[in-house]
Amino acid sequence: MTDMTVLQSRSEDASTGEDFSASVMSIEIGPAHPAMHGIVRLTTQLDGELIVGMEAEIGYLHRGFEKESENSKWIQVIPYTDRLNYVSPLLCNIGYSMAVEKLYGIEAPRRAEFTRVIMGEISRITDHLTCLGAVAMEIGAFTFFLWFIKAREYLWELVEEMTGARLTTNWTRFGGNAFDLPDGFLSDLSDRLAKLKEVLTECDKLLTRNKIFIDRVKDVGAISKEDALSYGFTGPMLRACGIPFDVRRADSYSVYDELDFEIPVGSTGDCFDRFLVRMEEIRQSISIIEQAADKMPEGPFMTDERMMHYPDKKDVYGNIEGLIDHFKLVMEGHQPPAGEIYMPTEGGNGEIGFYLVSDGSGDPVRVRMRPPCFNFVAAMPAMTVGHYVADIVPIFGSVNMIGGELDR
Amino acid sequence: MSEEISTQETETPPEACELTTMLEQEFPGAVTGFHSHRGDETVIIERSALESVCRFLRDDSRCSFEIMMDLTAVDRLEMNETPRFEIVYHFKSLTHARRLRLKVRLAEDDCKIASIHHLWKAVDWYERECFDMFGIVFEGHPDLRRILMYDEFEGHPLRKDYPIDKQQPLVELKEVEERHVYGRHA
Repeated sequence: MTDMTVLQSRSEDASTGEDFSASVMSIEIGPAHPAMHGIVRLTTQLDGELIVGMEAEIGYLHRGFEKESENSKWIQVIPYTDRLNYVSPLLCNIGYSMAVEKLYGIEAPRRAEFTRVIMGEISRITDHLTCLGAVAMEIGAFTFFLWFIKAREYLWELVEEMTGARLTTNWTRFGGNAFDLPDGFLSDLSDRLAKLKEVLTECDKLLTRNKIFIDRVKDVGAISKEDALSYGFTGPMLRACGIPFDVRRADSYSVYDELDFEIPVGSTGDCFDRFLVRMEEIRQSISIIEQAADKMPEGPFMTDERMMHYPDKKDVYGNIEGLIDHFKLVMEGHQPPAGEIYMPTEGGNGEIGFYLVSDGSGDPVRVRMRPPCFNFVAAMPAMTVGHYVADIVPIFGSVNMIGGELDR
Repeated sequence: MSEEISTQETETPPEACELTTMLEQEFPGAVTGFHSHRGDETVIIERSALESVCRFLRDDSRCSFEIMMDLTAVDRLEMNETPRFEIVYHFKSLTHARRLRLKVRLAEDDCKIASIHHLWKAVDWYERECFDMFGIVFEGHPDLRRILMYDEFEGHPLRKDYPIDKQQPLVELKEVEERHVYGRHA
């Protein structure tokens, strides 16, 4: 049922003499509520259980990411980007580092790019697993949640093996990565992917055709193509509406143009389509990882341009160039040439865009991150009005709001 | 070190890209500058032309910028540039698979600009954020209040003259009735 028909049928009820307008009640959901994924306040106007109005209030997790970044050196921003999206921190690391590389006009070596693709896709999978698991749990499918979290654990162990941390990864650098593939990483990777595929098949059987689940998500929270574009939707939310826009393909970056993958799209843009799109994207990401692992080239994992990374300790202590480079990098920081760039990358939720302005001095003038879920939360009223209170849970779950990137 | 890199990067004088030329033809006098640094096509326009240029970018079939990707501002106080503020709009066209950056420059004593919230729905919150962080007033916006900071916050944190270590007193807990009226979307 569309928003308008619901509202109309209500006003017809009112024509029988009962005054429904007086019964509109304001209910606050959040800021701290078990069904809110983070701290956000939804003030709903309810007519019985029907939502007739909604206002989303954000900002509860605002930590001044942009202000802090603009008062740091370029390299010091990377750890902050971990804290933007705390279910897929590597994608923010990669997005920021690629943006600074674009500002410099350099590229990371191919081995670094392939490793980034693998780690980025692992992060995309953990992002989707978290989102889908949480939605399923909130509408009653607890087993599904536990299995997905188990699968996510396999992947986070890989992330830990690579970066030394599960969440606060701080892994990319300008022109490469902090570490190369650890010994035995690729064989661990294929073991974990095999386990993940098992979980995925089991969970697919468990939930995708489950009538109770479908009843809760089908035709709930749908948004039209036109509205989705106008609200600036990107990522799985836009693809669920049937628009095959994926930054990895549309503005191909890194080595994605050498890898073969499909862009799954939905048709109606409801919560069920978002679920299906994310499930298929997990499979596509697995395929991307396998291809990238097969094609992994030999070579350096860090650019050999001077003044991009700290020189080896043997150079710092052994020759004057190394000593000077080290001193200047520590004292003055990286100094990208003056200019401005916008670098879009595909995050777990949609387009992560970094808009950077440099004046060439080593202090960032502007570090702006375009958060994908900002637009989704802005569209919450459009997606929920005309539905019932219980539908907020799957709708808000499918939005996959991440407080860190929403409020920065 | 910076010389080393900047000599490699000697910028070729900007060549007007297709969209820039089109905008110059459609809106004579409105385009005040352009560049395409690192391939990002950028057009600087006059403030008065913003609404009509944006409408053209959205509706004209040669442009079709369906997505308003991002809106932010840059405070150029420490770059010693005038005017002080730059409002930056990023657009994405799926039809023509391209992006465009549009910039409008605003002086410090007159940071007002027309709101374009009626053209893309995403603009509503973006303009609120830009107002909150930079104090740019978007004239015609239906509900221009703070979005990330709280109502009692004084100043605009992303301005360069706002000290990073400034502390503001805690505000008292408000009664529910005192909050602003919700339900704009009702």
